[in-house]
Amino acid sequence: MKASAVEYEFRDAVTSDLAVELRAPTLEGVFTALADALVAATLEHPEALRTARRRSVELDAPDLERLLLRFANELIFLRDAERLVLRAERVAVHADGVARLSAELVGEPIDRDRHGVGADVKAATAHGLALGRVGEGWRARMTFDV
Amino acid sequence: MRALRPHGGRGRVTGLAIPAGLRAIAPDLWEIGPGFRPGMRVPVHIFASEKLLGEMDDTVFAQAANVATLPGIVGASLCMPDAHWGYGFPIGGVAAMDPDTGVISPGGIGFDINCGMRLVRTNLGWHEVRPRIAELVDALAERVPAGVGSEGFVRLDAASLARVMLGGARWAVEHGFGDERDLERTESGGCFPGADPAQVSERALRRGESQLGTLGSGNHYLEVQILPPDGILDEPLARAFGLDRPGQVAVMFHCGSRGFGHQVATDYLETFLDAMPSRYGLPVIDRELACAPFRSPDGQSYFAAMGCAANMAFANRQVILHRIRGVFADVFGQSPGALGLETVYDVAHNTAKLERHRVDGRERELLVHRKGATRAFPPGHPELPACYRETGQPVIVGGSMETGSYVLAGVAQGAASFFSSAHGSGRTMSRTRARKLVRGEVLRQRMAERGIEVRAASLRGLAEEAGFAYKSVDEVAQATEVAGISRRVARLLPVGNVKG
Repeated sequence: MKASAVEYEFRDAVTSDLAVELRAPTLEGVFTALADALVAATLEHPEALRTARRRSVELDAPDLERLLLRFANELIFLRDAERLVLRAERVAVHADGVARLSAELVGEPIDRDRHGVGADVKAATAHGLALGRVGEGWRARMTFDV
Repeated sequence: MRALRPHGGRGRVTGLAIPAGLRAIAPDLWEIGPGFRPGMRVPVHIFASEKLLGEMDDTVFAQAANVATLPGIVGASLCMPDAHWGYGFPIGGVAAMDPDTGVISPGGIGFDINCGMRLVRTNLGWHEVRPRIAELVDALAERVPAGVGSEGFVRLDAASLARVMLGGARWAVEHGFGDERDLERTESGGCFPGADPAQVSERALRRGESQLGTLGSGNHYLEVQILPPDGILDEPLARAFGLDRPGQVAVMFHCGSRGFGHQVATDYLETFLDAMPSRYGLPVIDRELACAPFRSPDGQSYFAAMGCAANMAFANRQVILHRIRGVFADVFGQSPGALGLETVYDVAHNTAKLERHRVDGRERELLVHRKGATRAFPPGHPELPACYRETGQPVIVGGSMETGSYVLAGVAQGAASFFSSAHGSGRTMSRTRARKLVRGEVLRQRMAERGIEVRAASLRGLAEEAGFAYKSVDEVAQATEVAGISRRVARLLPVGNVKG
């Protein structure tokens, strides 16, 4: 099955927290979907997020799943340390022994009145973490601790 | 002893799956033998009524069995009555390790290091607060920052952040946010020994520098409560805890070490995952159950960093109490002292601590992991302050925001749980499902009609915390008493709630 768009969907899989399924036509798209899911978890009105600030990030990890986890935790770090909620505008992923990511992130500081607030995600976790090809597309699962 | 189900396969108690081979070994105490999965070093013991057992998601049993495989575990892998699915360990999980041969696991403590509860009594009666409850809850919501993106009211530079990590609630008291009496009534005097700021990452410091004095979100809250006419369950103990009059108003709040502690947990989970196979030859059976030998450099670094986060949480709850005192003083026009705003107790429920316990007739030091479980020391325990030496330690069990909460006390029989008890009522429903069943605005209105004033930073988050998403806190409190791990002292009902 080919995923035709970058998508995320929150699932009923866990009782305390937020489980999310990510689908995209490309590996990079899964990382983009993950950032979208975190924005949706964090803000009541994710569509109100503007492109006012930019950040570049470069990450590496032993494998692609750990890279996805590290990317999520980087976004959570930036939310607390710089109060920025960020989407992924451009993502490049390479896996040649070590998995590497470079991404351009765009967004803005949390504005409670305009964005509304959702969950203060504490951490992205390795519980049920999975990332792989399904048909011609890519899928991943991740759980956010809230 | 009786077998719960004589047949093979997965049995069913009250509708949900429970493992075959699970058997009752005492009232409200169940055992899963070490044959449940390969590698178990000890059995699993679950303290729960049959009803609560049936409501536990089956991941609890698998996770508790995984914990039973960890090196150095002593006695049994334990589940409290409110146990439910967690990361690595179940929430409501307790595991005591031999510190010389055993491991320390961030998954046995939780991402929110020293998440905990504080209960504050007042001299006020409901008849005095009722006319001003909306004003009071508005003021609390305005002055105690809550929800994602909120910033604390205590600004910390690098040097003062280091002093918070070392001093915990004592740092707060030394800076005018409370008094010695608060420290006496805080677990470990509000300061874990062995904290070392050098073991904390720059990333954790950056997440923590603006969050001291914030509640957070999710299941964190600040609640105004009353002691109902039938709420005193053990009169002498309730009196000793300062809860002595029907209609008496109290304040309970639940929060932890915020982004600082979350980052400490995240950092060390990554470190341990890499070190387990390569440095320690340990198999990774669940990535969230990552661990390191306690006496190893990695284990000691995490223990010292965890101490910093625990102390940050104690300081956080102490400065929040200071704000609460200020709000009450402004609303009721009297000093906090005249209003009797005194800490009953502050207790952690996400920690690992070195404690002395008797095992097989011999006293020994153990590293006790409590994740979503409350320490519950018995009467006479040398670590209790003089005011609670005869009563046993107060245990604070927060129920859902709609149903009420309990104050329990530690008991001598609690040795079977390494003196641990429940911490809440435990979820039974996912957040996404709860949101589908009720809208936050509708729930807020419904609660207001029932006399509970709610202020929520996130209405979506409010819906996720609806009472129907949780087990019965009455059942949990009763099970702790029947199982002999604590006794019920008082039940408190919510009249005002601030949520992140």
